[in-house]
Amino acid sequence: MAVKKFVVGYFEDEPELFEGVKKIRKAGYKIHDVYTPMPIHGLDQVMGLRDTSLHTAGFIYGITGTTTALSGIGWIFNSDWPINFGGKSHFDLPAWIPITFELTVLFSAVGMVLTFCYLCNLAPFVRKHHFNLRSTDDQFTIVIELTGKSNETDVQAFLGSLGAKGINTQVAETGWWLGTYDKTKLPYDNKDGIALG
Amino acid sequence: MSSLRYESQVRPALVEGQKGYHEVTEDIVRPIEATPTRAWWVGFLISVLLLTFGIISVTHEVIYGVGQWNLNRTIGWGWDITNFVWWVGIGHAGTLISAILLLFRQGWRTGVNRAAEAMTIFAVMCAGQFPIWHMGRVWMAFFVMPYPNTRGPLWVNFNSPLLWDVFAISTYFTVSLLFWYSGLLPDLATVRDRAKLKWRKMFYGVASFGWTGSTKHWQRHEALSLVLAGLSTPLVLSVHTIVSFDFATSVIPGWHTTIFPPYFVAGAIFSGFAMVQTLLLVTRKVLKLEEYITLEHIEVMNKVIVLTGSIVGVAYLTELFIAWYGQNPFENWAFMQNRVNIFSPYGWSYYLMMGCNVLSPQIFWFRKMRRNITVTFFMSVIVNIGMWFERFVIIVTSVYRDYLPSSWSTYYRPTIWEIGFYMGTFGLFFTCYFLFSKFFPVIAIAEIKHILKKSGAIYKEKMGAIESESVEEFASEHAHHGHEEHAAHTAH
Repeated sequence: MAVKKFVVGYFEDEPELFEGVKKIRKAGYKIHDVYTPMPIHGLDQVMGLRDTSLHTAGFIYGITGTTTALSGIGWIFNSDWPINFGGKSHFDLPAWIPITFELTVLFSAVGMVLTFCYLCNLAPFVRKHHFNLRSTDDQFTIVIELTGKSNETDVQAFLGSLGAKGINTQVAETGWWLGTYDKTKLPYDNKDGIALG
Repeated sequence: MSSLRYESQVRPALVEGQKGYHEVTEDIVRPIEATPTRAWWVGFLISVLLLTFGIISVTHEVIYGVGQWNLNRTIGWGWDITNFVWWVGIGHAGTLISAILLLFRQGWRTGVNRAAEAMTIFAVMCAGQFPIWHMGRVWMAFFVMPYPNTRGPLWVNFNSPLLWDVFAISTYFTVSLLFWYSGLLPDLATVRDRAKLKWRKMFYGVASFGWTGSTKHWQRHEALSLVLAGLSTPLVLSVHTIVSFDFATSVIPGWHTTIFPPYFVAGAIFSGFAMVQTLLLVTRKVLKLEEYITLEHIEVMNKVIVLTGSIVGVAYLTELFIAWYGQNPFENWAFMQNRVNIFSPYGWSYYLMMGCNVLSPQIFWFRKMRRNITVTFFMSVIVNIGMWFERFVIIVTSVYRDYLPSSWSTYYRPTIWEIGFYMGTFGLFFTCYFLFSKFFPVIAIAEIKHILKKSGAIYKEKMGAIESESVEEFASEHAHHGHEEHAAHTAH
């Protein structure tokens, strides 16, 4: 990720935030992100984010676990080292159900958490820019990215008119990982001569 | 005002007092930022001492062998496996609260889920010790893992309930840990962003994995929690089912019963909730969190205790009835002579179990008792004593008299090393819990904030005013918002 310039402000209540996000999108400004202290249902839709596919990933990891267990046990008991358990069938499916179930859950859970961490760039020792430290406490922080089409003072005034508080401008590199939802991964080339910092 | 989400006035507030978002953060993070009190140090040191006793006992057992325990020819599973099943049972409430109650959309879980999940993880850690050290030659413990090896390759027996247990418990531990820690990330970030001290900034910076609170991250976090809850729900039921298979798939009279899986699961939830009560009644008092873990929470959990206690009671009676009705002389003997006969060597333990688990929780049919903290605390300890004796009754009274009277064993009582090992797991459990309550937020901050405007006391008061004016007006005024929230809900 490259260094970019952002206008930051915060709201104190959810309804203002919802209204604010709607108006900012209507005005055509580019919302970098909205940081909130807790999950706010519906905010992702207002921001126009697509729904997550994490569930699908979880399902795929799960069936991988099922397949691993069934094929693993099946191969071991039928081909690699067939043991005679009191004349019972080598293909003893009912007795394999517990382990198959456990591996399905294990693969799905571990896979999903790792995917979640990968997608959200979460790991120990990751360095990130935090726009407003109170956004994990009680403030709903909205961050607008300045592009060639937007002007710093205009954006600041617009945010103020929406009722946002603590408006300021920050120049930052938001992270160094792949795969943020910010689709334009192009470095900021500063063609329009915006003063950085 | 317009940010209120309507909830009926019939439901009592889950967060008492004048709380906004910032006050919630302050209240829950305060104990982390304060220096530990004298009481904390005393409790912590006692736990560490107990843990040391446990380590000495286990070391003794490893050096001199399992013969240091009083296990004998027919009693191969004594205190050791009793303790194992007891701890695993306790480890069931956390996931029940965090997963099953999440799926059922129970708002009250937010006050207690974090501590209950932590308790689950510590209890499963304690439980795991028993089968591991029971192996005797513990350096061979890795033989239970199936991997291509140079011993043939000789594989483990995938048809054995003991191996199912290895998979069930290790999966349960891993999934519970992931669930707990992914829920902790946002709260650790809250602590990090408030931190003034350098070490605290660093510690919580590393521990919170760089959480920012981005909307997209929250969206994924919600999806993750929901799917993990969906996975943990059958998982938690499977774990104690599989533990019960350790007994039920054998041919030992007293163990060979098909009722075991549901009966064990109910018992596990029963004892788990009792342990949650024991811990939280102390935690809320010491950390001054009475406004978050309210009498309401305690009452609801007491309702679960009386329900599951009664299910366990029905299971005891069913099992007894079938022992008589089935007319299997061995099964009948195991029940009527080894348990019900109060003059038999272990008859007393059967009545202790019945008294603690079936009769005493019935006191919770009375609302006054459910809301009485002293009674609740006392009962939570009684229930766990009762549940320990349930496992003792199942294990020891079924095996101490074999088919041949000549191999009827002498009276089994534990050695100091068996007791020390058990005490040691208490040490481990409470050491972990003390560290947890000092360094981690014991209540899920973000989740409390999420329900605050629906179930917080001051917001509910405002709702009362609105309700008395006109419910319809309120609903139509906020229909817009409510609709979006609902849509987001179903989309997840």
